Parts: sequence; structure tokens; C-alpha cells
Amino acid sequence: MRKIWSIPGGIHPEENKSQSLQLPLGEVALPSELIFPLSQHIGAPAKPIVTVGERVLAGQKIADAKGMISAAVHASTSGTVTAIEDRTLPHPSGLSGPCIVLAADGKDEFAAFEACEDYLSLDKAVLVQKIREAGIAGMGGAGFPTAVKLSPRANQPIDTLIINGTECEPYITADDILMQTQAEDIIKGTLLLAHILSQPGRIVIGIEDNKPLAIAAITQAAEGTPVEVVSFPTKYPSGGEKQLIQILTGKEVPSGALPSSIGIVLQNVGTTVAAYEAVRFGKPLIERITTVVGEALATQRNIRVRLGTPIHHVLAEHGFAEKKAMRLIVGGPMMGYALEQDDVPVVKTTNCILAPTKKEMPPPRPTQACIRCGMCAEACPASLLPQQMYWYAAAEEYDRLEAQNIMDCIECGACSYVCPSNIPLVQYYRAAKGTMRQMAIDKEKSDRSRKRFEFRQERIAKAEAEKEAKRLARKKAAELAKQKQEADKAAGVQPSGHTAKADIVATAMASAKAKQATPEEQKAKLERAVTSAEGRLEKLQQRHSDADGDMKERLAAQIKQAELKLQEAKDKLAHFTPVPTAITTVAADAPAATADPNDPVAVAIARAQAKMTMAPDEKLQANIVSLTGRLAKAEEKLAAAKAENSDKVDALQTGVDKLKEKIASAEQELAELTPSAPTATPAPEQDAAAAAIERAKAKAAAQANLSPEDKLRDQLTSINGRLEKARIKLEQAQAENTDTVAALQLGLDKMLAKQDKLRDELRALNPNAPELTDQPATAAEVAPQPAPTVDAATAAIEKAKAKADALASMSPEDKLRDQIASLETRLDKAKQRLAKAEAEDDPNLDAFKAGVEKTEAKLQQTKQQLVTSNS
Amino acid sequence: MYEYLLTHPFLAALIALVALALVFGAVLGYAAVQFKVEGDPIVDQLDELLPQTQCGQCSYPGCRPYAEAIANGDAINKCPPGGQATINAIADLLDVEAPTLDEEHGEEAEVKTVAYIREDECIGCTKCIQACPMDAILGAAKQMHTVIADECTGCDLCVEPCPVDCIDMLPVASGLSDWKWNKPPAVVENFQLIASDKQPEKDGAAA
Ligand code: SF4
Ligand code: SF4
Ligand code: SF4
Ligand code: SF4
Repeated sequence: MRKIWSIPGGIHPEENKSQSLQLPLGEVALPSELIFPLSQHIGAPAKPIVTVGERVLAGQKIADAKGMISAAVHASTSGTVTAIEDRTLPHPSGLSGPCIVLAADGKDEFAAFEACEDYLSLDKAVLVQKIREAGIAGMGGAGFPTAVKLSPRANQPIDTLIINGTECEPYITADDILMQTQAEDIIKGTLLLAHILSQPGRIVIGIEDNKPLAIAAITQAAEGTPVEVVSFPTKYPSGGEKQLIQILTGKEVPSGALPSSIGIVLQNVGTTVAAYEAVRFGKPLIERITTVVGEALATQRNIRVRLGTPIHHVLAEHGFAEKKAMRLIVGGPMMGYALEQDDVPVVKTTNCILAPTKKEMPPPRPTQACIRCGMCAEACPASLLPQQMYWYAAAEEYDRLEAQNIMDCIECGACSYVCPSNIPLVQYYRAAKGTMRQMAIDKEKSDRSRKRFEFRQERIAKAEAEKEAKRLARKKAAELAKQKQEADKAAGVQPSGHTAKADIVATAMASAKAKQATPEEQKAKLERAVTSAEGRLEKLQQRHSDADGDMKERLAAQIKQAELKLQEAKDKLAHFTPVPTAITTVAADAPAATADPNDPVAVAIARAQAKMTMAPDEKLQANIVSLTGRLAKAEEKLAAAKAENSDKVDALQTGVDKLKEKIASAEQELAELTPSAPTATPAPEQDAAAAAIERAKAKAAAQANLSPEDKLRDQLTSINGRLEKARIKLEQAQAENTDTVAALQLGLDKMLAKQDKLRDELRALNPNAPELTDQPATAAEVAPQPAPTVDAATAAIEKAKAKADALASMSPEDKLRDQIASLETRLDKAKQRLAKAEAEDDPNLDAFKAGVEKTEAKLQQTKQQLVTSNS
Repeated sequence: MYEYLLTHPFLAALIALVALALVFGAVLGYAAVQFKVEGDPIVDQLDELLPQTQCGQCSYPGCRPYAEAIANGDAINKCPPGGQATINAIADLLDVEAPTLDEEHGEEAEVKTVAYIREDECIGCTKCIQACPMDAILGAAKQMHTVIADECTGCDLCVEPCPVDCIDMLPVASGLSDWKWNKPPAVVENFQLIASDKQPEKDGAAA
């Protein structure tokens, strides 16, 4: 036999195991109602996949595992799902949680299970998946999903598989009976687990020496297999995961780590059998062996019980005498918990139901002060200092508890058991551990909150700083421009405020054009606005009719607004005149002075025209002005860069130098030009060429942002213009009978062909385009018109903004006054309507009256408020 | 010189002490400069202990400003969300007597709350977003807004600005996940197990 190690501490409580071993393994009748908690395991609760009223078969999955660490739940008999609701859980808290409730139909029909003879040839992942599907979770008490334990990380090779048949708690004999009756299955299951874990070097089943029958059965079954059966002296709590590992391997699991970190996987015998049955027979976890024991019962034995069976049903079957019972415990006397209610079900982890009498388990004697005897420290299997921890736990000194490694306490209760002062030590530790866990969560959350808050502060500060910087820059630029202007004035140069902007004319034109939608689009937009306004109005009215009280008033106000908006939109639509798009063909003589100053298009055009008619020397001057402006900016940037010692200084310096050069050359040109053209005589060719270039540029820029359709349309318009011109020229030529007629005719024909092609293309894109009518657009037709819709919209926005500003800056008193004024107008209107309604004998008369009354009341109230706020 | 000192032990002692004082003074002065701690560690530690709700109930604009104020001598019992536990922790850190919570700044909440926006009533004004110190509200202008419950600290600051009053503070649901065992009742002192040990109440107190 292999060497065994021993653990520190430990106790020898009365075993009380014989009571439940007198009778063979029994069964209980099926209950009429079964309850399946969705959370019978550690990890995320399962997700129900059945609906209320659905009929399910035994072994059918009724809830799916949700997430990695979770386990499925299966119906344990056939019947109908009657509810998915919160029921009291078998948990020390006595809290309730979501459960699937099943009414058994007594037929106990099973779903078809998918058996598998040759399971060892299957892929490991498939086997693990089968175990996961079967909803198997640690049946020794903790309920950790088995599939997760069987998938250790790749960097943690497993060299030892330990099967836990220790069962060290007094009273419990469920594993003992299982080992006696299903030894073969346990060995097969062990070999299956070993296969899944890639055949670890050592496979051990550890059994305490107080179970001779089990040891004999297992040893016999293990004959000829690599499975070692090791028995060791009985001591509580040898069955603890870390303790058993220490006994069998001599290794200690590091504090806070899992056994897999030292290459060990540990499974309970019950879990092993369940895993085997799941893989071999496809049978999910729907029943388990539970010890039903205690002097308050007429029959004490082990039973095979369907999961979900209510505990009161089990107790009733065993002649439970409620009066004799001192309390009801689930689990063993050391680590179990008392039940408040007996309507909770047997779940995957229920290994024992204990119903002791008062004599058997007297109530705890009164607690006394700690006498520092040190017995608890001697008993502790985790080598902790229970009395120190007790002091700190009582004083809630969590830092010190941490330092005492309270988290390594396995809550075995050995210390409480030996304490001569009857101090419920383990309860202190449980409470302290719970608080510490909560504190850790809170701390994490508060750290996260701090980070979020600080980030937000930073973000706001940055935004503010940026705004401020922009404001300063603007101010500086304005000052500079002013200085410049003054300097120019002083130097006698013609002030050229608007010409300074001249070089952005092209861009302005382009963007203005890009902004200008086609008439169809504009119209469609307006129509959309009308429909949406109508829709909104309808919805509001609907809500208004089923709202009441305050809400109703608010909605009424909203309805009024919506009505106004609708009216506005309708008006706009009625007054809509399509604004043509082809600005490129603007006639040079379009009256710029009449252009609406609010219309960006017109302004841009006016500017472009101003530029076009500009004399070359003026242009140069404008150029110089703009260049000096840029120079000033560049110099500013350079200074800033220098101050910050940024690496851009060089680049900026070259930029400034270049600008200076340019200014110098421009000034030179100006000087040359001025004497030769003392009065501004425009050089026609030059001017026209410049204008053409300008226009071409603008067009190119505009085209870049245009949709293909618009592009086509544009091209079409331009070709129309050219066609017109060509025709005139041809006529002229014909009249003069020049020899260019033929050439011109050819050109005209070509253009016509192109026009046709373009039209076709456009038709393909948009069959309703207006350009498709045969009239070629003429310059006069496409002359820009002021766009009233744009203006109205901006004006409305402006008004709304002004109002919002005014409201924001108003004192409460002013607000009240404002309200009163508006209420009064409303009242007037309402009264008028009422009068009209009365005259017409309107059926809504009552409603009108009520409205007037309400408004009056509100007016009165507001006035009252004003008075109080004044005084 | 040496001779002179030998004959005047008092003077010798004086000189020796002065010399020592100078040496140590120099060492300490050097250490003070060389190992100067950046920042204010006590403020950081205090900030760590505060609950980071940023609710402003302490009358400072956030937890850190209050931590700074405490470091400068303000009372430590002004934080209602932290409650007695925080006060105790701060008292521990500063090694002072732990006072009870100053009621003036509010009461310690029985249960934690999170904000909840009744979404179909929200008009999308974004006022609550601007108020939330935690960036825990998600939404855009004219769109429905919602609270990211995990990030909400329950500070209440978003409730007031909402023009349609559609924000509720709901208690955080507690369930199995945050259940914990209760601490057992304190040990009864003066407990007499043996009947003959029993003494009259008053005597017991006197003894
Ligand atoms: S309950 Fe904790 S402290 Fe007490 S003996 Fe067990 S492990 Fe040690
Ligand atoms: S066993 Fe009880 S009385 Fe003895 S030291 Fe531990 S806590 Fe104190
Ligand atoms: S959502 Fe409201 S209560 Fe929650 S943190 Fe933000 S402002 Fe505070
Ligand atoms: S303040 Fe209220 S109405 Fe405005 S966005 Fe927030 S929840 Fe919606």
C-alpha cells in the first residue's frame, strides 16, 4: 500500500453512521409535484427552455446551462410544467429563487437516452460535452460543474486523479452505500475520467477505514485496473478537498489556488458514477442517493431519490415525527445548515437529510468568553489560529483577518466543536468572509467609479481648455485684422475688407452649391416634414385622450406646438418655389445688389462677381492682404511652437519664409502694374481667363461632392449652355458665310450627340429629372432666386434659440410673469372658442368649459405664486 | 588645544554635541530633499476609503475634494453613502475617535439604490447625462436614455434635472448572490454557568 500522509488537527466526533446502514438502499414513491431550482450548482443559474403547460418526459432537459460555469437541469419524471416561479430554495439563507415546478403525471415515461458502448474511442471534447449536457455538478456538497473541472487549462498538466470516497461527516452514508452497490460503475467512471484527463500517472480512490464493506467492494472491482484504492484512518475532516489531497499525496494546495494548479483533479464518487452513466447510457443527472437519518424518523436509511422531490415528501415516507425533532438539517451536522421550511426540494448537492431529536443533538450551550485554551488551534486542519480570528471577527477588523488568512478556512467547524466555551467560531468566520467578499466587490466598484469620474473630469476640462483656446485665437485674429486695417489706412492703401476674402470665393461658391439641394429634394423634404408633423400630432392626440391629470396638460401643450409646426410646414410647402441648381451658368450681369443678403448662394455669387470684375491690381492687393493675414497666423503658430519647443519649429519657419517671399513678389508685381495702369482699366482677356479658371475650379470642387446624378445633371446643363452658344455662333457664321460653318456644324452635331447620351444616362438614374424636357436651360431661366424656405427656417431657429436663451436667463419671477401672460392669452383664446361653441351648440361644449376653468385655475395659481415669491 | 579640552570636559562635551547635531542635521536635511514624497499620500488614502459616489452630500464637489478637506482638518463624519463603516475606517487611518454620522448631511441609506429611467417617458433632453458624474447614462439628444445599472452609484444627481421626472431611484435587488451569514450575537459577558456563582445583578456590576 502506498504511503499516506496525515493532516494537522482534525477531530473525532461520534460517527453515527450505523443507523442508516441497517436497511438496504430504498426508494421513495414519486411525489405529485417536483421543484427544480435553476441554480443547484456554483455559477450562473440555468436558463429555462420549457414553457408553462408543456409536457416533459423524465430525463428531458428543461433548463440549459448559461455560460461556461453553469449546469443544465433535467426533469426527473414525466409530467406538465405548471409554473416557472420563485420558490424557497434549499439554501442556508432561506431565500427564494427561480424554480421550474412540475406536476408529475405518475406515468414516469422516460425520454430516449442515447447510449454509447464504445465511449473510450470518442473524442475527449465530445465526452466532456456529454457530461456538460447531463447537467452534472459536484455531488459531494459544493456543486461545482463537473465538465469545467474536467477541462483544465492546457498549461496545467494533470498527473493525479483522486476519487473522493471519504465521506467524513458523521451520519452520512450515501457514498458508502453507493460504493457497496455500484463499485463496478465507480471504477468504470474513474477510468472514464482518467481517459478524459489524458491518463494521469496516478489514479487513486481514497476511502476512510470506517467503511470496510465499501473498501472491499471497490478493491475487488479495481482488480486488474490501474486504479489504486487507499484507505486511511478516520478523522474529520479528511474529506475536505485540500485535506484529502494532502493525505494521499503529501502536497498542499497553495492558498487561494485550485488543486489543478498542482496537477490534481478531485471528484466525488457520486459524481464519478453520474458521469459514467451520462456517457455510457446517456442518462442525465435526475436522481441521487441521499441519507435520511435522525431519531425523529421511524425509518432511517439511504434512498435513491429523484431530484426535485420535496423534502417533506421524503420525510413523510420515513415517518417523520415533527414534535420529536429538534430541527431539520440538510447536509451533515458539522457543515450542514438548518432548514426553516420543509417544502424545499432535494437537489444535486443534497447528500443527507438529518432530523435529530433534542436528545440526539441538544441545542448549543450558552456561549462564554474565550479562555485562550488554544484547543481550536490544535483542531484546525488548515493550521489557522481560530481564537485570533475570533477576536478580529468579533471586532470586525477585516485587515487583520486577512492577515490571518481567514480565506483559507474551510468552514469545517472543528474549532467550534472543540471549543470549551461553546463559541460558534465558524459562524463568525462565515459572516466575516461574507462581509469581506462584499467589501472586495464594493472596493472594486468604487475604484472603477473613481476612474470613470476622473476620466470624465479630465474630458470636461480638456473640452473647456479647447474652447478657451479657440476663443483666444479668434480674439487675437480679430485684433490683428483690425491692426492691419488701421495700418493699411495709415499707409493710404485702399481698404479692402471684402476683397480679403476674395480668394475663398471659389470655395464658398462650391460649398454653397453643394448645399443647395435640387428642387425635387427640397420639395420631398418639405412633404416629409408635413407628414411627420401630422403623424406626431395624431400620436399626441391619441396619448392625450388616454392620459389624465398633469400629463394631459403637458400633452395638450405639446399638441399645440405640433399643430403650429404642422401649419408652418404646410405653409412652407405651399410657398415652395424650386430653387434651381445650376449656378455655374450664372449670367455675369445678374443683379448682385438685389440678392438677398441672407441667401448664402446669392452672397457667394455676388462675391465671385465682385472678384471677376476686379482689376488685376486690386486682385494683387487682395492677394497681398490675404497673404499678410496668413503670414501673421503662421508667425503666431511659429511663436507658439517655439515657446513649446516643439519639433515643428523648422517646418513652420520655412513656411513663414516662403510666405514672406510670396508677399514680396506680389508687392513687386503690384508696383510694376500700378504705374502702367494708374486707373483701374481691366484687361479683358486676362480677366475673362481668370474668371474662367475660377469657375472651372469651383465646378471641379463642386463636382467632387456631387452625386452621380447631380454630376450628370450638371454636365447636361453645361452642355445645353454650350449648345446654345454654338448655335448662335453657327447662325452668325452662316449669316456671314464664313468658312468655319462646316466645322461649327460638326461641333454642334457632336454636342447634340453628347447631350442625348447624357440625357439617357440621367434617365437611367432618375426618370423624373426635369432636365429631360426638351427645352435647353437658358441663362435667364437658371438665374438664382432667393430661397425663402431656407430663410424662414433659419429665422425660426433663431427665434427658438432666442427664446430658450431668454428663458434660461430669466429669474423665477420673470418666468412666472411670462407664464401668466401666456396663460392669459390662452384663456382668451379658450373663451373665444367657448363662445363660438356655445353659439354653434357644439357637442364638445362641456370639454371646452372644463378647459377654460382649468386654465383659469392655473392662472390664479400662478398669480398666487408670483405674489408669494414677490413678498 | 587638545590639552585644553582635556582640562575642560564641559567644553569638550559641548563641542562634541554641536558637531553631532550638525552632522545629523545635514543628513536629515539631505534625506528630506532626496526622499521627498510626491503628492499627498494621506489624501490618496482617504480617497481610497471614501465610497466614490461623487454625490456631493458632504458639501464638497466630489469624494476627492472631501478627502482633501479631511486632510486639512475637516470633520470625518460627513459622508452619508459611506456611513459608519467609512467613518470607522477613516478614524482608524487618522487614529482618532470615530464620531457618528453627521445627520446634517443626510442619513445612511438602508438599501443601495440605482437610477432607473422610465424609458417611454424620456424626452431625450440629455440633462441627466450632464448631471451624472459617473457617465452612467447612455443616450443622445431626442433619443431615449437609459442607465447602465452596473456603473450607477445611486448618487441621485440625475433625478432633479429631469424635466419630466422620469427617473426613479430603485433599490438594488438583493438575492442569493449577495447573501451572507449573519454575525452571531455577542458573547454574554458575566455569564455564570454554575448556579452558586450567580451574584445579584448590582453586585455583579460593582465587582
Ligand atoms: S472552521 Fe476554519 S478555523 Fe475552524 S477549524 Fe475549520 S478550518 Fe480551522
Ligand atoms: S477553543 Fe474556544 S476558548 Fe479555547 S482558545 Fe479557541 S476560542 Fe478560545
Ligand atoms: S445614473 Fe444618476 S444616480 Fe446613477 S450615478 Fe449617474 S447621476 Fe448618479
Ligand atoms: S433628464 Fe429625463 S427626459 Fe431628459 S434625457 Fe434624462 S431621463 Fe430623459
